[in-house]
Amino acid sequence: MSDVERLLLRQEVEEFLYREAELLDERRYEEWLELLTDDVRYFMPMRRNVPHDETEREFTREGVDISWFDEGKDTLTRRVRQILTGIHWAEEPPSRICHMISNVQVLGAGPAGPSGTEIAVKSRFLVYRNRVETETDVLVGKREDLLRRVNGGFKLARRRIVLDQSVLLAKNLTFFF
Amino acid sequence: MALMKHLNGLVDVDRGIISREIFVNEDIYRAEQEQVFARAWLFIGHESQIRNPGDYLVSSMGEESVILCRDRSGRVHVFLNSCRHRGMKVCRYDEGNTIEFQCPYHGWSYATDGTLVGVPFAKDAYGAQLDRSQWGLIEVARLEVYKSTVWATWDRSAPSFLDYIGGYKVYLDLLLDAWDGREGGTEAIGGIHKWLVPCNWKFPAENFSGDRYHGVSHRSVDMVGIGPSGQSRRDMGERNQARWLDVSFPELGHSMIAFLRPHDAPLAPAYQDAPVVADYFRRCEEERKRRRGDSWRLFGGPGTMFPNTSPLARQPRTLAVWHPRGPHQTEVWRWYFVDADAPPEVKDFLRHYYIRYSGPSGLTEQDDMENWNYAHKASRGTIARQHPYNYEMGLGRSTRAFEDHGLTLPGAITDVTVANASEHNQRGFYRRWRQFMEAASWDELR
Ligand code: FES
Ligand SMILES: [Fe+2]
Repeated sequence: MSDVERLLLRQEVEEFLYREAELLDERRYEEWLELLTDDVRYFMPMRRNVPHDETEREFTREGVDISWFDEGKDTLTRRVRQILTGIHWAEEPPSRICHMISNVQVLGAGPAGPSGTEIAVKSRFLVYRNRVETETDVLVGKREDLLRRVNGGFKLARRRIVLDQSVLLAKNLTFFF
Repeated sequence: MALMKHLNGLVDVDRGIISREIFVNEDIYRAEQEQVFARAWLFIGHESQIRNPGDYLVSSMGEESVILCRDRSGRVHVFLNSCRHRGMKVCRYDEGNTIEFQCPYHGWSYATDGTLVGVPFAKDAYGAQLDRSQWGLIEVARLEVYKSTVWATWDRSAPSFLDYIGGYKVYLDLLLDAWDGREGGTEAIGGIHKWLVPCNWKFPAENFSGDRYHGVSHRSVDMVGIGPSGQSRRDMGERNQARWLDVSFPELGHSMIAFLRPHDAPLAPAYQDAPVVADYFRRCEEERKRRRGDSWRLFGGPGTMFPNTSPLARQPRTLAVWHPRGPHQTEVWRWYFVDADAPPEVKDFLRHYYIRYSGPSGLTEQDDMENWNYAHKASRGTIARQHPYNYEMGLGRSTRAFEDHGLTLPGAITDVTVANASEHNQRGFYRRWRQFMEAASWDELR
């Protein structure tokens, strides 16, 4: 890949991630769902305090342990539908949510997965939620994504969300990362 | 006792009137730590989390951090997680395996049986002064392992664990026994949900004790459907033909919403969208019928074991602990259970269901937290505190002689099949809470 190609790819990836964040912050959840592949994996482990040389035990395991999220498109779709019922009290009245996405790194591109090129991307997030009067949560961490090229654009095929907390300091996780 | 007089006007269980003060008042909260949490049997963890010598899990008793540990000879201990020298937390890892706990402050070290084994510069600094045998880790007064769950109390005069649970054993077992009716046979899935909720610990404790009334809270999840067969939030068919019971042991404070399947109905289909799972539960229930006779029909739901442990005996099968973190905050820990020898597909299916149902990311419980949060918040004001909560629902409707086609059940029971709900269980919880708050010692609590 030439330097120019690399820059263009990075630009394209960033535009995708920012557009995604925009849809979430504007509460356009159904459009957000369209950015996900049908076989998307959405995983957010819990984190333990372990000695520095036992890091393999730091995260709960996908497909094995209890985690914060470990699901596919079906459950994500139901989450969106629940918010849109208007009686999901944890998001009614709606929270004010802002996604700050930064430190975008394109880690590699290649023909992977069942359907074409997949691109591994890492980024940082700061998700700010403020609701009702003074209730405020700030959640910060890393995301490891796999973007798949579909019809000339990208779709999110996989997201691993690593929250930098052990005990969750928010009362619930009614929003997306 | 000043406190006793104080509570007299605050908790009137017979009339179903309870003051908001007991949820928001700082002095009452402080008294609770001594009167309730320093005396009661509390849940610590699951044996499957400390299988080998040297394995430990840091847990919590009331506000305080404790270490659950299997010593080098295989014995289980629970220690206060605080160094005897200046109080430093001797273990700040969540779980692991160790030979000893070395304090990071001045380096005292304790063996896995709690003995003080290492004191830097002991000879020169202390001479013959320090009697190590007196300065081991502080250990709980009593500990009991019951069907792989570990429980402990700080009070030496507390009754045995089995006396503490009394007739509630039948209902706690609905969580801890395998679905096919074998004793024990459940295991905790890896990973404990831990999160903070801005409310008093008694909000979730009483909600789990038996609040069948809060359907409105969960209507949105019923609409989108997350049940095992894709409908509502729990779409196991057997529930629709069952008799629903609020079971309380007011003299102990424990309770559960149980349901009783009809004595003459065939097994109802459940988990139809997942044939492997449907098949597993059908086989288990046939087995359960053979093992338990007519009492096979008793199944459990949410409950609360006084004071702050809530078994949830149906899918999602969980055990939650509501740790007090000040009057206005609760740290929830939740363990998830499955039959240890269920096929991997069944465990995986249930795990997914548990995660989408329960905890901060669960479509169901998210709405509980919102309600507990703002119920608490709106009860803190000077005016709000002057107006008590109402617990009159179903007053006077319970019986100590419940019977269904020859099957009798322990406890004071209110049938809520028609009424849908009562506050019988909540009243039982607060009756016991008041006794704990007023009693000078366990002698007055037996
Ligand atoms: S506080 Fe632990 S050695 Fe001093
Ligand atoms: Fe609920």
